[in-house]
Amino acid sequence: MARESDLPTLRARGLKKVYRTGEVEVHALRGVDLDLMPRELVVLLGPSGSGKSTLLNILGGLDTPTGGELWFRDRELTRSDDRALTRYRRDHVGFVFQFYNLIPSLTAVENVQLVTEIARRPMPPEEALRLVGLGERLHHFPAQLSGGEQQRVAIARAIAKRPEILLCDEPTGALDSRTGVLVLEAIERIHAELGTATILITHNAVIADMADRVLVMGDGLIQSERRNATRRRARELTW
Amino acid sequence: MVTRALTRKLLRDLWRLRGQVLAIAAVMGSGVGMLVMALTTVESLESTMVAYYDRYGFAHVFARVERAPERLAERIRSLPGVQAVETRVVRPAVLDVPGFEEPVTGELVSLPAREPPRLNRLVVREGRLPRPGATDEVVLSEPFAKAHGLVPGGSLRAIIDGRWRELRIVGTALSPEYVYAIAPGALMPDDRLFGVLWLDRDALQAAYGLEGAFNDVSVSLLRGTDPQTIIDRLDELLAPYGGFGAYARSDQTSHWFLSNEIAQLRTLATILPTVFLAVAAFLTHMVLARLVAVERSEIGLLKAFGYGNRDVALHYVRFVLAIGAIGVLVGWLLGSWLGLYTTRLYAEFFHFPFLLYEPGPRGYVIAALVSLGATLAGALGSVRDAASLPPAESMRPPSPPVFSATSLVGATGARALDQPTRIILRQIFRWPGRAFLTSAGIGLAVSVLVMSSQWLDAVDLMIDVYFGEAQVQDVTVAFAQPRSSDVVRDLARLPGVLTTEPARAVSAILRAGAREQREAVQGVPARQLLSRVYDAGGRAVDLPPDGLVISTMLARILDVSIGDEITVEVLEGRRPVVRVPVVGTFETYIGSPAYMEIGALSRLLRERPSVTSVHLRIDPARREELFRTLKTLPRISAVTLREAAIRTFDETMAETLTIFVTLFIAFAGTLAFGVTYNSARIAVSERGRELATLRVLGFTRGEISYILLGETGLLTFAALPLGCAVGWLLARITVIGMETELFRVPFVVDRSSFAWAMIVVLLATAASALIVRARLDRLDLIAVLKTRE
Repeated sequence: MARESDLPTLRARGLKKVYRTGEVEVHALRGVDLDLMPRELVVLLGPSGSGKSTLLNILGGLDTPTGGELWFRDRELTRSDDRALTRYRRDHVGFVFQFYNLIPSLTAVENVQLVTEIARRPMPPEEALRLVGLGERLHHFPAQLSGGEQQRVAIARAIAKRPEILLCDEPTGALDSRTGVLVLEAIERIHAELGTATILITHNAVIADMADRVLVMGDGLIQSERRNATRRRARELTW
Repeated sequence: MVTRALTRKLLRDLWRLRGQVLAIAAVMGSGVGMLVMALTTVESLESTMVAYYDRYGFAHVFARVERAPERLAERIRSLPGVQAVETRVVRPAVLDVPGFEEPVTGELVSLPAREPPRLNRLVVREGRLPRPGATDEVVLSEPFAKAHGLVPGGSLRAIIDGRWRELRIVGTALSPEYVYAIAPGALMPDDRLFGVLWLDRDALQAAYGLEGAFNDVSVSLLRGTDPQTIIDRLDELLAPYGGFGAYARSDQTSHWFLSNEIAQLRTLATILPTVFLAVAAFLTHMVLARLVAVERSEIGLLKAFGYGNRDVALHYVRFVLAIGAIGVLVGWLLGSWLGLYTTRLYAEFFHFPFLLYEPGPRGYVIAALVSLGATLAGALGSVRDAASLPPAESMRPPSPPVFSATSLVGATGARALDQPTRIILRQIFRWPGRAFLTSAGIGLAVSVLVMSSQWLDAVDLMIDVYFGEAQVQDVTVAFAQPRSSDVVRDLARLPGVLTTEPARAVSAILRAGAREQREAVQGVPARQLLSRVYDAGGRAVDLPPDGLVISTMLARILDVSIGDEITVEVLEGRRPVVRVPVVGTFETYIGSPAYMEIGALSRLLRERPSVTSVHLRIDPARREELFRTLKTLPRISAVTLREAAIRTFDETMAETLTIFVTLFIAFAGTLAFGVTYNSARIAVSERGRELATLRVLGFTRGEISYILLGETGLLTFAALPLGCAVGWLLARITVIGMETELFRVPFVVDRSSFAWAMIVVLLATAASALIVRARLDRLDLIAVLKTRE
């Protein structure tokens, strides 16, 4: 039997997704194969409508594919029901979105506690916030934080459960480049310190330089794949 | 400017928000329905009453006298302001209905021998009136005939002047005098135990030795005549002949009950619809405020296209009016149905020969104006917000709400609270006004229920006290004329009689200073065992050897208290006028009675001990035998049975109250449902993003339901005690509002009523929560998260 670290954290085979809106059928995914290895940082590039968000949502258990298989380690997610997918998200997946989706009525630390209270082996919420460089602003409400700060709270909230997978959908999309770099640094640091397998969606090609592996999507398929011989530090990125 | 595009948007918005629109319409419809019901019922009862009285010459002033010569009628007729006078012979009598075991109380009323009656004319329903001189022909009151299946051609027996007489039924009729046909001294009308018999005048005059005389007179007045002046003149004229005191139509038993019922309906028409319409206004406000918030950018867009502030305002006003119109329509339909239904119910209870249910536009227009006005008032704030949004600003998303760590759920304090609970509490403290109003709306549903069940509790209490503790005699035998107290001994010897207790009632006018009240003074033993003088507080009252013990209501009417003297002007026998001290008071629910020790009363009357009724306790096994014997005794005017009274009471209450309580439960349920459904739906709309985020973070459906419905639940629980308190207050107000000299409802709310009200409201709340919960399952996680706030 293979050791856990040899197994891909996520393994997708022939993933298909068809949306039906009225009489129109949209083939968002046309058969995607993908392995995400432990400790790997993958950047997913592609124009809008290429299917990258759909793929990310299926990988994160937010959506179910129309066809194909998806495995988290040795568990087949494509055979899981809603309850099991909720469990999967709760225990193993951290999400970061373009819009931070913080709970406005909870402070920074409370937004993180929201997750640590239901996770199996969380880190202290303060530590999660320190990891993203927000150890000083624990008791601020979202309305009292800047966009970059809010996004970093969202990241802290995503990783406080020590997830195996971190999924980031355009995390810098709503931010200027300086703030965007701060957010990428936070993701980079977490990837380094916790070894979380990370997928990051962007249509900013510059960001691809910080990845182990870069996938380019188009028309519902992975069009190309490349490995970066050396990863650039987030701090060195500009756009 | 109303464009077709905006109208289409309006219709689509209404359709999209149909759940909430319907919930508001249901609450408003309940209010409008109740208002329309009360107004149309009042209208039809009143117009029926007026038309009936008018067509059949219901008199304005009435008087009883021992024996007045017929020529007095001419003098009455000549009084200024008098329109018509009708003299009659009216007597109580015990009846024997074939096949009916219990003795029945009847009222014998004469019909003019040779001419149609001028006043209180009969509506012949079947058969005909007695032929002049036909001494054995009788017309029965229709409800009584129906209750016994008596028809023209049949017969029954009555004791007339001490002798059993066989009477042939020639017809049935209704009279405006007996719209509410209740036996003297009874609590509730019972058509089986009380009937009116109309006979030829000559026959009754001969039987009672009243040739050329009368003992009852009715007077109708010219328009604009004050009844009181005629009453005073009548009293003067009749006094030498043993007048018992004249009284106006407003004091006539049947009319009093009828007008009292109408007055109660009026009270109903004000309190409850107000509650429902206020809540509907609040709900409209909530929904519209949310709609305007959601449509911020659309409003900006409209303004960018050149729609003016007024156009935008008008658009939302039309939206609100559309909701209001649906509510009004629902209410109109509901109200028409309820109005017809209750009017029919009343028509059964009150005996009208016809029913004018032609609800005019008045009730409907009033209801519509009031409710549309309430909705518009509720919508005003949001409409103004929409109109005043600068277009550039409205294209930007609203700034996020600023929360603060309140002292209750501070960042450091209350560590015990988990995050979802904090979300709930902060949400409530962020919008305390809205939370309060939501809670108040749910609370009012509880209040409506508490208020309505107070009626059941009060009736229960009255039955318990009246029949359970105060009136424990099985049978009361009454006499038309005072009888020597020897009769008590005679009755004690009848088969099955275990105990007897005498009573003597004397008609009198009680005066204190300028105030006066016509009231029978009742003589009873100092310590009563069967028919007890009973304080509403739950205590039997022993009578001192002398002086009057009066009800607090009478004390209030005469403005006297213990130690004061009352002038008793006796209206029978030697008609003495004496001053008697008040030696005690007690609380009653019905009437304004005055009591005296029976011996003391005899001394006051300067007569030998006498009785007008005797209470009996009997051996149930020998009941039939006793009834048979009682029916053979002459000079008995009425036999009242406690058991039958309880039965009637229970039946009537079961019929009418059950229906109304069911209605109230439906209304209150609608109210609670409407409020919680709307507040939960708005919470879903406002916090869909939050809830989706939580789902993404791995919260289960149950856990996010807690956050969403926890708020509603918390507000509901806060509402329960509030609602109970307000319900208690509302009940108190209605009890006071409906209090009259004749009838008071005890104020009592059982603990079980509070519990019951809370359970109904919790169920309604739970139902709406379940429906909203089902929506959470359809929450589109991705769509919500990918969009900008």
